[in-house]
Amino acid sequence: MSENLTPDKGTTEPVTPVTRQGKISSRTIEHFVAPLEETPLAAVDNVDETTVSLSLWADAWRNLRKQPLFIISALLILLVVVVAIVPGLFAHVDPTSCTLADSAEGPRSGHPLGFTLQGCDVYSRMIYGTRASLTVGIFTTLGVLIIGGIMGALAGYYGGWLDTILARLADIFFALPLILGAIIINQLPLFRDNKSVWTVVIALVAFGWPQIARITRGAVIENRNADFVMAAKALGLSPFRALMKHVVPNSLAPIIVVASISLGTFIVAEATLSFLGIGLPFSVISWGNDISAAQTQVRNNPSVLLWPAVALSITVLSFIMLGDALRDALDPKARKR
Amino acid sequence: MTHVSHINNAKSVDSKTARDADTPLLEIRDLAITFDTSNGPVHAVRNAHLSIMPGETVAIVGESGSGKSTTALAAIGLLPSNGRVSGGQIFFDGEDITKASSKRIVELRGSSIGMVPQDPMSNLNPVWKIGFQVKETLKANGLAGANSKERVAEVLAEAGLPDAAARAKQYPHEFSGGMRQRALIAIGLACRPRLLIADEPTSALDVTVQRQILDHLDRMTTELGTAVLLITHDLGLAAERAEKLVVMYKGQVVESGPALEILRNPQHPYTQRLVNSAPSMASQRLQSQKAKDALASAAAQTQESVSADGHSVPVAKDPMVVPSSVSPVIPGHAAKGETILEIKNLTKVFKLRGALGKATDFKAVDDISFSVPRGSTTAIVGESGSGKSTVAQMTLSLLAPTEGSILFDGVEVNTLKGKALFDFRRRVQPIFQDPYGSLDPMFNIYRTIEEPLKIHKIGDKKSREKKVRELLDQVSMPASTMQRYPNELSGGQRQRIAIARALALNPDVIICDEAVSALDVLVQAQVLNLLNELQEELGLTYLFITHDLAVVRQIADNVCVMQHGRIVETSSTDEVFNNPKQVYTQELLNAIPGASLLV
Repeated sequence: MSENLTPDKGTTEPVTPVTRQGKISSRTIEHFVAPLEETPLAAVDNVDETTVSLSLWADAWRNLRKQPLFIISALLILLVVVVAIVPGLFAHVDPTSCTLADSAEGPRSGHPLGFTLQGCDVYSRMIYGTRASLTVGIFTTLGVLIIGGIMGALAGYYGGWLDTILARLADIFFALPLILGAIIINQLPLFRDNKSVWTVVIALVAFGWPQIARITRGAVIENRNADFVMAAKALGLSPFRALMKHVVPNSLAPIIVVASISLGTFIVAEATLSFLGIGLPFSVISWGNDISAAQTQVRNNPSVLLWPAVALSITVLSFIMLGDALRDALDPKARKR
Repeated sequence: MTHVSHINNAKSVDSKTARDADTPLLEIRDLAITFDTSNGPVHAVRNAHLSIMPGETVAIVGESGSGKSTTALAAIGLLPSNGRVSGGQIFFDGEDITKASSKRIVELRGSSIGMVPQDPMSNLNPVWKIGFQVKETLKANGLAGANSKERVAEVLAEAGLPDAAARAKQYPHEFSGGMRQRALIAIGLACRPRLLIADEPTSALDVTVQRQILDHLDRMTTELGTAVLLITHDLGLAAERAEKLVVMYKGQVVESGPALEILRNPQHPYTQRLVNSAPSMASQRLQSQKAKDALASAAAQTQESVSADGHSVPVAKDPMVVPSSVSPVIPGHAAKGETILEIKNLTKVFKLRGALGKATDFKAVDDISFSVPRGSTTAIVGESGSGKSTVAQMTLSLLAPTEGSILFDGVEVNTLKGKALFDFRRRVQPIFQDPYGSLDPMFNIYRTIEEPLKIHKIGDKKSREKKVRELLDQVSMPASTMQRYPNELSGGQRQRIAIARALALNPDVIICDEAVSALDVLVQAQVLNLLNELQEELGLTYLFITHDLAVVRQIADNVCVMQHGRIVETSSTDEVFNNPKQVYTQELLNAIPGASLLV
C-alpha cells in the first residue's frame, strides 16, 4: 500500500445498522423455472476425467508439431547438423586440395558450384564450412546460457547489492562494442598465437552473456514472489533449492526462446569476425573466411561469394524461425485454459 | 444528489424516452452464443431469455463460466472475436441488435447502453488523466460541448468523487480501487444511457467500499431512471440490489423472477443449492458431519429436533462434501483448547521509498496481541491494507517481525534456525489466496503433494505414493488427478490440492490467507465444508485470514477485527455478530450483502 492514496470514503455515511429490504417491483414479474431435464444438475466442481493430461513441455510439443514454421526450421536445422557432423556424406571433394589451374573456373561435372580464386571447390568448402559455424554457434550459446543464466538467476532471486553489482557488470559488457572487444581478446598474449574456434567462442561469450542475464533476471524476478515459491519455503525448502526446483524451471521458456534466436546471431557474429580477419584462423574452413576471401572477386565471379553467404543465411534464418515458433508454443498466457 | 436531475436534460432530448413504460427496454429471446475454439465450437450460452423494463434493475447470478458475462457482452456487441450469436434475438428498444450494423452498435454504445467493467485496476488507461478519459466518452458521443471541463467535473462529482475538478487532473495510479470504480461508473453513466451493464462492478473491492459504491449506483440510476443489468456471483448482493433475478447455470437460464421470491422460495435445484450455500445468508458456524450425526442421534433420543443453540441450520444442508472414510481422530501434542499460538505485541514496520529517496516508515502491523486455542479457528478480518496478510507471513516465519513475539507451542518462532525451523515448518502450513499461483505449473499434482514428504524425507517412494492417494481422498479428489497439471484444474480443485499439500506433513496449525476469497460461492462452501470436516477429523487449528465476515461466520470460533494495522476488536464469533462493540465492526457487518434479507 502506498501511503499517498486518497481514502476510499467518497461520501461518508454515518454508521447506523441498516436493514435493506431489497427492491420490490410494482410490475408483476413472472417466476420462470427451467425444466430440470434441460439442465441436469452436476456435482459441484467435478474433475473432468475425460481430458488428456499434458505437461507444459508435452503441451508445447503438441502445439509445435502443427506449426509449419517449426517444421520447416526444424528440418533445416536437422540438415545443417547432419552436414556439420558428417560433411563427407555430402561432398566427396577434399576442400583443402586446391589446384591453381582451376582458379575461378566455372561449374563442371563433380564440381557443381565452380572454383574459388585459389582453385578450391566452392561446394565442398560450403559443406565443410558448416562445422565451424555451428560449433561456434552452439558452444557460444551454451557458454552464454551458463554464465548469463547463473548471473541473471542469482541477481534476480537474491536482489539487493548482489543484483546491483551483477547488473552494473552486465551493463559494462553491454556498453563495449563486440568487434572492439573481440579484437582486444584476440590480441591477448594467450590467444594471439593459437587462434582457434575456441578463441572466437570465448570472445563471443564474453560479450554475449549480458543479454541472457537480463532475460533470466526478469523471468526469475517474475517468479520469485509467486505463491508456489512461498509455499515451498513454508514447506521447509531452503531458498536456494526453491530457486533451483521452482523458480528456474518456470523461468526457462523465455530463456530458451532468446537462446535459440541468439544462436543464429552468434553464427553471424562469427562470420563477421572472420570476415574482418579477427575471427577464425584461415586454416579453418568457415563461411566467414570464404566470404572474406571472395570479396575481391565480387565483380567478376560473384557466385563464389554467394554460396557461403546463402548457407550462412539459411542456417541463421532457421534458428531465428525456430525461436519464433518456440515463443508461440511456450507462451505462458496461451496455456491458461 | 440534487444536482443530478437538472443535468439530466443536458442530453439532447431523446424522443424514445417517452415510450410506453410497459414495453421492455432490453429483451433477449432464445439467445445462443457459440465460441469457436481450437477444440471445436463451444456453446457458451443456450436458450437464454430475459427482459429488462425501463428503469428496472435486473441481476444475472451464476458461477464463473455460467455465461452471465457473455450474455451481457452480446447485448452491447462486445463479444470476443471468436464468439458469435448463433441463434435468437436481442432487442434493445425494439431494435434487433444481433442484426444491427457495426456502425449502429457503436452509436448505441455509451449513449444508449453504458458499461461498468469488472476490474477497476486494469480498465482505466494508466497513461491518461481521469478527466481525459471521461471527456473521451463525452466526445465519442458528441456531448462534450464548449465547456467540457465543467461537464467532466460534474460527471465525476455525480459518481461521488469529492473535489472532482482537481481529481480529473489526476492519473489512475493516484486513485484507490474504490475511487477508480467511481470514475468508471462516471464514465459509464456520462452520456446518460438508458441501460447500464454493470459486470461484477464491486467484486474487486472491500466490502465497505462495495456497499458505498452500490448504494451510490443505486441512487444515481434511480434518479436518472436508468435500467441496470447487474452481473454478479453473489446471490445476496443480487437480491438486495435488483427487482428481478435471472439465475444462469451452464449457459442456460434455470430460473428467473422476482428477487425476493426466488430467494425465499427457490424452485430449481441449482438455485436451491445457491441459496443454501450463499455465505451472506449463513447464520451460524458450520458443523462437521460427525457433530451433526451426534446431534441428530441425541435429538432422536430426546425427541427434540433443535440444534445446539436453537437456531435452524441453513448452511451445510447440501451434502456436497462428505468424506467417505472418516479416519479416527489423531490426537495432537497438547489437549484441545490449550493455547497453541500466542502473538504478543507484534509490530512490523516497512520502509517505504518516498520522494527524493527519503525512506518513510510504514507500520503495517501495530502492536497486536492475540492467542489461538488448539483445535479451534481464529479469524483475522480486515480490509485490504489492514495488515492481516503481514501477520500471516510473520506467523509462518517467512517475514521477520520488527518487534514483539510469536510463540508456537511455547517456543519463540522468529529466532528459530536450522533444524528447529525445519521442524516448525512441518507443524505450521499455509494455504494461499490465489489458487492459480500457489501450485507450481511445472509440477504435476503427484509431485506437488509429494514435495513436502520429500523435503522432510518421510517414507520411501512407495509409501509416499500411498500417502498422496490418501491425501487426495481426504480432499475428495479422484486418484487419477495425480498425473494432471494445475492448469487442467479449476480454482476450487487447485485449492483442494493446496489443502492436500498442506496436510501432507500432519501439521498442527494451518494458516489460510484468504483461502476461499477467489472461489465461486458453491465451491467456496465446498472448500469451507472440507476445511471444517478436516478440522474435526484431524484436530487442526486454523488461523483464517479473510476480508469477508460472512465466511468468518461459517468457519471461525474467535475473531480479531483489524483496521490500519491494529486489532480493534477481539471476541468470539457469536459475540462479534450479535453484539459488535466497535463502530468499524458494525460497519463491516452492515456491509455484508443480503444479510438482512433471508432470516
